[in-house]
Amino acid sequence: MIFKPRLKDLKTIGFYLGKIILGLAFTMALPILIGLCFGELNPVLDFVLSILISLVLGFLLIIFCRTEEDLNWVQGMIVVSTSWIIAMILGAIPLYLSGHWKSFLDACFDAMSGFATTGLTLVQNLDHISYAHNFWRHLIMFLGGQGIIVIALSFFVRGFSGAFKMYVGEGRDERIMPNVINTARFIWMVSIVYLILGTLALGITGIFNGMQPANSFFHGACIFMAAFDTGGFAPQSQNILYYHSIIYEIITIVIMVLGALNFKLHYHLWSGNRKEIFKNIEVVTLCVTILTTFFIVAVGLAQLGSYPNALVLFRKGFYQLISGHTGTGFQTIYPQQFLDSWNPLALCGVIIAMALGGAVCSTTGAIKMLRIGIILKAFKEDLKRIIMPDKAIVIEKFHHIKEIFLEDKLIRSALTITLAYFVLYGLGTLVGMFYGYPFLEALFESTSAAANVGLSCGITSITMPAGLKITYIIQMWAGRLEFMSVFAIIGFLVAVIKGK
Amino acid sequence: MKNKFKFIFLLILFFGQRLVLAQNLNSDDLIKQARQYDGQVVTYSGEVIGDVMRRGEFAWVNINDGNNAIGVWIKTGLTKEINITGNYKAQGDFLEITGVFYRACLKHGGDLDIHAQTLHKISSGKIIEHKLDFVKLEVSFILLGALFLIWILSLFKRK
Repeated sequence: MIFKPRLKDLKTIGFYLGKIILGLAFTMALPILIGLCFGELNPVLDFVLSILISLVLGFLLIIFCRTEEDLNWVQGMIVVSTSWIIAMILGAIPLYLSGHWKSFLDACFDAMSGFATTGLTLVQNLDHISYAHNFWRHLIMFLGGQGIIVIALSFFVRGFSGAFKMYVGEGRDERIMPNVINTARFIWMVSIVYLILGTLALGITGIFNGMQPANSFFHGACIFMAAFDTGGFAPQSQNILYYHSIIYEIITIVIMVLGALNFKLHYHLWSGNRKEIFKNIEVVTLCVTILTTFFIVAVGLAQLGSYPNALVLFRKGFYQLISGHTGTGFQTIYPQQFLDSWNPLALCGVIIAMALGGAVCSTTGAIKMLRIGIILKAFKEDLKRIIMPDKAIVIEKFHHIKEIFLEDKLIRSALTITLAYFVLYGLGTLVGMFYGYPFLEALFESTSAAANVGLSCGITSITMPAGLKITYIIQMWAGRLEFMSVFAIIGFLVAVIKGK
Repeated sequence: MKNKFKFIFLLILFFGQRLVLAQNLNSDDLIKQARQYDGQVVTYSGEVIGDVMRRGEFAWVNINDGNNAIGVWIKTGLTKEINITGNYKAQGDFLEITGVFYRACLKHGGDLDIHAQTLHKISSGKIIEHKLDFVKLEVSFILLGALFLIWILSLFKRK
C-alpha cells in the first residue's frame, strides 16, 4: 500500500527547500558586484530583482514550513530534485530580464544547462551581453558543478544527519572526509584553489594573446569555471575559437581533465599519495577510453580528409573529443562543421566519449568511469570463469583509493545506472527524430544533453521546437542527478495521487 | 582597343572564378558551404566584436555578421581603422573584409578563418546608452516592501 504524504512531510521538504533557495539568493550577489565594477546599472537591477524574489520565496517557505524534523531518505531526494527545478526557474529570471533570451523557456533551458554543467545554449547576441549576466552564466556552472546542495551544506546548513541524504541525492555517493559537510567544504577548497590558478594562467595567456587585461582575467575566470566544472559555456559566441590560441586550448584541456577527476582522487593527490593516479581504476579506464575513442575519431576524420595534415587533425579531433569525454562541451569548430567536416564514424567516436563521461564524484555527467571500469572487470571475471576449470575460484579486485573486491552488488548497481543512461540517451533521440531530425544528429544532441556535455551539431537553436527544449531540460536534470532523486520525485507524485 | 579586350578576356579566364566568388557572403554560407569557398577570395562584412588581438605583425579580429562570428587574420597596420569593438556598452565598427577564406587553415591549426587582404570601414561603431529601467526599479521596491512584511510576519510567528 502506498501512503499519501502528510502535511508534516511537505513542511519538512519545504523548510529545507527554503534554506537552499536562500543559499542560491546569496550567490546572486556576486554578479551584482561584477555589474557594479563595470558600471552596468540595468543588469544590476535584474539581479536585485532576482535576489528579492528568491529571498521572498525562501523566507516564506522557512516561516510557514518551520520544523525541527530531520530529513528521511525520500524527503532528502525530493528536496534535491525540486531544488534543482527551483534553481533553474530562479536562475533564469536575471537571464530573461536581460533581453538576450527569446522566451522564459529559453532562459530556463540555459539556466538548467548551466546548473547541470551542460553548456547547450539558446542565448541571442551573446557578444553584446553584460559582464554581470555573462558572469552569472558561468557562475551557475561553478555552483552546479560543485552541486547546489554542496553550497547549502558548506555555508548555510549546520550539521544534521539529513545532509548525507541530500548529498547522495545530488549524484554523489562518495565521502572524502568522514563528515559530509567537511567533504562539501573540501570540494569547495579544491575548486577555489584551482579557480585562482586557472584564472591566472588563462588571464596571463589572454594578455599575451592581445586581450585587454581586465577582459582577459574576466574571460579567464569564466572559462576556468566552465572548464573545471565541465560546463562548456564561453563568454563569446565563438566559444574557444574566439581566442585563436593553442596555449589557451592546452590550458583548457588540462583544466577539463582536472574537472573530470574524482574529488577523492584530488584529495589523495593533495595529500601526497601520487601513486594513486597510476593505479586508480577510473584514471586507467579514462586513459583507455580516451585512446579508443580518439582512434575512432581520427580514423573517421582521416577517411574524409577533413584536415590538411595529421597535426591539424589531432588538434581539432582531440580537442572536441576530450571536451566531449570530460563532459565539457567547449568547441573549436562551429556546430555545423560536425556535420559538414566530420563523417558518421568520427561523430560516433565523439558520441561514445560523451556517453561515457568522467569520474564519479567529479563535476562531469554521463555513465562515468568507475561504472565502466566495474562493468569491464565483470566481463573479465566472467571470461575467466568460462576459461578456467569449474573448481577454480575466480576473484576479481579493482583499485579505487583502496583495493575493493568486485561484488555482484557493485556490478548490479553499475549496470542499472548505465542502463538508465542508455534509456535516457535513447528517449531523447526518439524525441529528436519525432521532430524530424536525422538519427545521428538526434543521437548526438540527445547524448550531449543527457550526459551534460554541451557539444552541439546544430540542433540546439532558438528555432528548435519547444517540446525538444523541454525534453533536453529534463534530460539535463535527470542526467545530472543520476536518476535516484528523479525516481524519488516520480514516486512522491504517484503517492500524492494514489496514496491512502 | 583590341589588345585591351584581349587582356580583359585573359584576366577573366584566369581569375574569373576568384572574381565571381569575391562577393559578399554571410557567415552561414561560409560555414555551411566551407568546402566550396575553401581557398577562395571572399568578401565578408559584419561588426567587430570583443578584442582586437594583436600578434606581432598580424592581429586577430572577430567579425560577427549577426549569425556567427568569424576570425579574421589581418595585418596589424590595417587594424588602425578599428576604433570601437562591440560589447554590452558599444556597437562595434562595421567592416567589410576581402580576403582568402580557409575551411581548415593550415597556418592556424585548422581554424575556419579569413586572411584579410583589404579592410573597408562601412560605418563607425557607437557607444550604446542604457537608460535606467524604472519599471524594474519600482518592482524592486515593491519586493523589498514584501520582504519587510515577511520579516515582521516572522517576528509575530516567533512570538
